[in-house]
Amino acid sequence: MDLDLTQEQRILKSSAREFLKKEYPPSLLREMKDDERGYPQNLWDQMVDLGWTGVLIPEKYGGIGGSFLDLCILLEAMGEVCCQSPFFSTVVLGALAILSAGREEQKEALLPKIADGDLIFALAMTEPGGWYGTYNIAMSAKSDKDDYILDGTKLFVENAHLADYIICVACTNESKTSEGGFTLFLVDSKSPGVKCVPMKTLGYDKQCEVIFDKVSVPKGNVLGKVDQAGSILEKLQDQATVAKCAELVGCIQTAFDLTVAYAKERKQFGRPIGSFQAVQHHCANMVVDVDGSRFITYQAAWKISEGIPASLDVAMAKAWTSSASRRVTSLAHQIHGAISFTEEYDAET
Amino acid sequence: MEFGFSEQELAFREEVEAFLQRELPSDWPERSRHWPGGYGTIEVQDPQMAAIAQEFRRKLAQKGWFTIAWPKEYGGKAHTYMQQAIFDERMSYYRAPNVGIATGIAGPTILRFGTEENKRDWIPRIANAEIEMWLAYSEPDAGSDLASLQMTAVEEGDEYVINGQKIWSTIAHLADYAWLIAKTDPDAHRHRSVSLFVVDNKSPGVTIRPLINIVGVHSFNEVFFDNVRVPKRNLIGEKNAGFYYLMVALDFERLLVGIGGFRRVFEELLECVKQAQRDGEPLGKDSSVRRKLAEIATKIEIAYMFFWRTAEMLDKGLVPNVESSVLKLTTTELSRHLANVVMEIFGPYGQLEAGSEWAPFRGMAPRGYLDCVSATIGAGTSEIQRSIIATRGLGLPRK
Repeated sequence: MDLDLTQEQRILKSSAREFLKKEYPPSLLREMKDDERGYPQNLWDQMVDLGWTGVLIPEKYGGIGGSFLDLCILLEAMGEVCCQSPFFSTVVLGALAILSAGREEQKEALLPKIADGDLIFALAMTEPGGWYGTYNIAMSAKSDKDDYILDGTKLFVENAHLADYIICVACTNESKTSEGGFTLFLVDSKSPGVKCVPMKTLGYDKQCEVIFDKVSVPKGNVLGKVDQAGSILEKLQDQATVAKCAELVGCIQTAFDLTVAYAKERKQFGRPIGSFQAVQHHCANMVVDVDGSRFITYQAAWKISEGIPASLDVAMAKAWTSSASRRVTSLAHQIHGAISFTEEYDAET
Repeated sequence: MEFGFSEQELAFREEVEAFLQRELPSDWPERSRHWPGGYGTIEVQDPQMAAIAQEFRRKLAQKGWFTIAWPKEYGGKAHTYMQQAIFDERMSYYRAPNVGIATGIAGPTILRFGTEENKRDWIPRIANAEIEMWLAYSEPDAGSDLASLQMTAVEEGDEYVINGQKIWSTIAHLADYAWLIAKTDPDAHRHRSVSLFVVDNKSPGVTIRPLINIVGVHSFNEVFFDNVRVPKRNLIGEKNAGFYYLMVALDFERLLVGIGGFRRVFEELLECVKQAQRDGEPLGKDSSVRRKLAEIATKIEIAYMFFWRTAEMLDKGLVPNVESSVLKLTTTELSRHLANVVMEIFGPYGQLEAGSEWAPFRGMAPRGYLDCVSATIGAGTSEIQRSIIATRGLGLPRK
């Protein structure tokens, strides 16, 4: 057993942190909250130059051929600064879906452009009334000569308003079950009938409601086999879930670091507040949550990287890390006191 | 033992209920975005609501309901504290414009400790809701450790001259007077070195700067005092006894928990859950959702008992102290728990803000999630409350 990162991964991590610390200060995050795009183009260009957009893409398609673990290292670093960009929807959701389900000519056409930062992707799955998974998906895709006609509404589609392609899950078989009857489509976002409405949310990400009004999609744009989206999505969801956990781990690491530094520095009753047992115990509980989240997330990431079945590990990582991150941020606010309730302070995020 | 209300109390409750239904616009509880326990939302954000609130307060003053439990000679109704509590519960259930700092905190403290001159100066105007105050306690280096405050008040002729800075000053920009503590004897023990004052916001040398909270609302301020001159008669009670008065004033503050707001939000949440479907099934059939709601319902019931207890104690001539902390700790932790549960129950839809057609629960989930952060921090953090319970309450050693 070796629970450390390799030499290359350590370099990747430290260089990513260094880059983001410099290029993505908290002031930029706040500035971007009301920005329509949500990120500056030059940040994206620099991420492309660093090879991040091609991290998972094999060299023959213009990427750097890294592992899933490498991707998680990058995401953790992005989570540390709450970096908002189309990285997740494009590189995690878009590239992974194409890699696992795309035909050779689709890979050749799209992956090099993703690696070069020239295409942005979004994934459209959830529909009104639905939560996670495919249970509530009712959007229909009816065969019409050389096309499918897509009709329906999708919610919580991150970066749909920026995307060149929206990967859309729709019903191609009326006797759909949770496993079969769904198909993935690569929808050109400029197709007639596609309409994006931004959804105003609590967070800094950009999510949209996307209405597909009789949108024609060429049959050549089916991703994977017709009626067989279930197994593709299952794999993609495992990968995306762990990727989200990696971001969260970075995020709570920062909340923890800021808080411990504050507890050492802030004085009340003539001593640092970190000298009080109540605060010490809070900090100790945060250590358990941050380190525990990192281990359970990286175990799942490692299994995915190695091609070992990981669904149970993924579920554990998500259940634990998302609860832990709420405990950690809640304690971070509590220890910071009133200063954490202001827009000016970085702990807000 | 009797857990029910007396007939007289029930009649009063009905009178308050009828008044609220008559005098508040019927959509007021929906428009008021206050999260129970939170400090982040104030209705005066919206000028139309502010005007309604002002008119409503005037009518309350006319009824004498700002001073329900005050003695008659000071303009009060001389009702019981239980009636006061019943009133507070109904008011907060309707998210009515709140009782305020002058009537809820400064008034009772002046009645208890003020000089006759203090009472003549302030009590009638407070009772008539003519003035509002803000709490000038916290300073950048004096939060949980209030006694380490740095602001000074130095005697000069018939005046005190005040210098220093206050922070987290809720509604300072809207109120008329500061209810302020400052150091009057720098050489004395820290608990015998401060005095309590009422200071006019319009005094030369007072500068108020806004702080925007994470809900996006201007509720807080930082306030600078630069050689602000205050008449000596504005000293409350005796010089250098301010810390003791403050501890009692804080106990009064910790009684103002807005208990009815918890029940109101819970009832609204329950209604939403009953109507909501998730993946084709009623949300309320989900056992984890039911368990979460049952736990909240129980916590609210317990919080109510802690609330009634403080009123019952006051009627028996006792001053709730540890009991105020128990109530404050319970309700503010519940504020956070409730916000978390709302987020969990509505899943991805919980993140949607008011105005979105897909937002459940009037878009209160994100608002509550942010606002609840302040609940366990303001008026003494949960850690401070637990320390009070452990030391003053249980007699556990301080060192």
